[in-house]
Amino acid sequence: MNRVVITGIGVYSCIGQNVDEVRDSLFKGKSGIGFDAIRKEMGFRSALTGVLPVPNLKDKLHRRFRNSMPEEAEYAFLATDEALKMAKIDDAFLDNNIVGILYGNDSTAKATIEGVDVMRAKKDTTLMGSGSIFQSMNSTITMNLSTIFRLKGINFTVSGACASGSHAIGMGYFLIKHGMQETVICGGGQEVNPYSMGAFDGISAFSIRENEPTKASRPFDKNRDGLVPSGGAATVILESYENAKKRGATILGEVIGYGFSSNGGHISQPSVEGSARSLKMSLKDAGISVKDVDYINAHATSTPIGDAFEARAIHEVFGDAKCPVTSTKSMTGHECWMAGASEIVYSLLMMHNSFVAPNINFETPDDDSAKLNIISKTIEKNIDVFLSNSFGFGGTNSSLIVKKIK
Amino acid sequence: MSNQEIIEKINGFLVDEFEADINLITPEASLKETLDLDSLDFVDLVVVIENNFGFKAKGEDFVNIKTFQDFYDYIIQRVGDK
Repeated sequence: MNRVVITGIGVYSCIGQNVDEVRDSLFKGKSGIGFDAIRKEMGFRSALTGVLPVPNLKDKLHRRFRNSMPEEAEYAFLATDEALKMAKIDDAFLDNNIVGILYGNDSTAKATIEGVDVMRAKKDTTLMGSGSIFQSMNSTITMNLSTIFRLKGINFTVSGACASGSHAIGMGYFLIKHGMQETVICGGGQEVNPYSMGAFDGISAFSIRENEPTKASRPFDKNRDGLVPSGGAATVILESYENAKKRGATILGEVIGYGFSSNGGHISQPSVEGSARSLKMSLKDAGISVKDVDYINAHATSTPIGDAFEARAIHEVFGDAKCPVTSTKSMTGHECWMAGASEIVYSLLMMHNSFVAPNINFETPDDDSAKLNIISKTIEKNIDVFLSNSFGFGGTNSSLIVKKIK
Repeated sequence: MSNQEIIEKINGFLVDEFEADINLITPEASLKETLDLDSLDFVDLVVVIENNFGFKAKGEDFVNIKTFQDFYDYIIQRVGDK
């Protein structure tokens, strides 16, 4: 069995467009949430969203690459470019080694709808243009990045709802652990536009605290009223410990545990039992006890039921260990397909800068969250081991554990 | 629209949409080689023609278009036919 380490991270999110900006936002407890008037015009119940600019890649990528990229692939390109540079993986390395990619993504709504709109208006498929097919397939991020970075290893997209990014890292970990890959680019990407979130808004999942956007995402707080959608992309470079040492790469952390489960129940209702099984499996895989975990990055999205069920699952597994818990979604909103990857990046930034980012807007506990040690203001803390949860529709659960290498 | 206006419009979208170097666009230069066009790019050429001149070019129309001048002549003729 190979040890699996992280040697590079990159992120493009509503709280910063690179790891340095994101680290500062996390430390300050800065919210990236705003109000999108267009959503209101389109009939959204809630116009709240994570706010981030769509990148301009004209100076970075040839027209032919850009033509095939929807916004989520653009976010993922920037996050991956940053992560590869941090990992000191250059063009020569990519050309002479088998590097794979596993990226979480679960929608391409904007590209699909805009393509179909042209077909309907023009009654002609050619006029949809050559990029539409590559932009609208669910594997758009992996197909674009594998082409841009000339990757020769594993290459597919992981679609596991809001646990997609976490499962992508888990799968990369599994392949490297078992010697099937040496280096895998893992991550998660999420489009940020009204088309992708209309139906989600339609089931009343979103907070309607529109008069206070930065206070709307309040995981675990008694007065939470729903999640705030968000997005961007985050990348982690996974490789075998041996490979990283041989290259002289800086090791940011070691993935020591991956747990997963399916609830086997309702399509949108969470499950304490299912979530707890994922947590327990990751701890067993890591070979550690709950006392060894210094920080839990919760999935908690700020929905009334979801947060309560996760709080119960964490309490069931961790008991009275009083491990610090925060949901960074209080600042970022719910980054959906990206979240499982971005929250590994956020937690790594905390680990390397010895602080726990706050669960902002946690003002009043409810019966479930009162049993956890939820941190509402930034604290300085040494983190040797963290656990990150991601849960999604259909009852898919993922838990990852990362350890600092000293 | 005069022929010169058509040519300027074509050069405009070749620079904007296909990011062509205007200095390399000369009447006798090869359209395909200068713009480094592949099969997918020809689809997008059909799209920009439709957007700019309101007619749908067919794939076979490009068989005899070798140079920029051929391309200009083709567009000028199709615009005149409308």
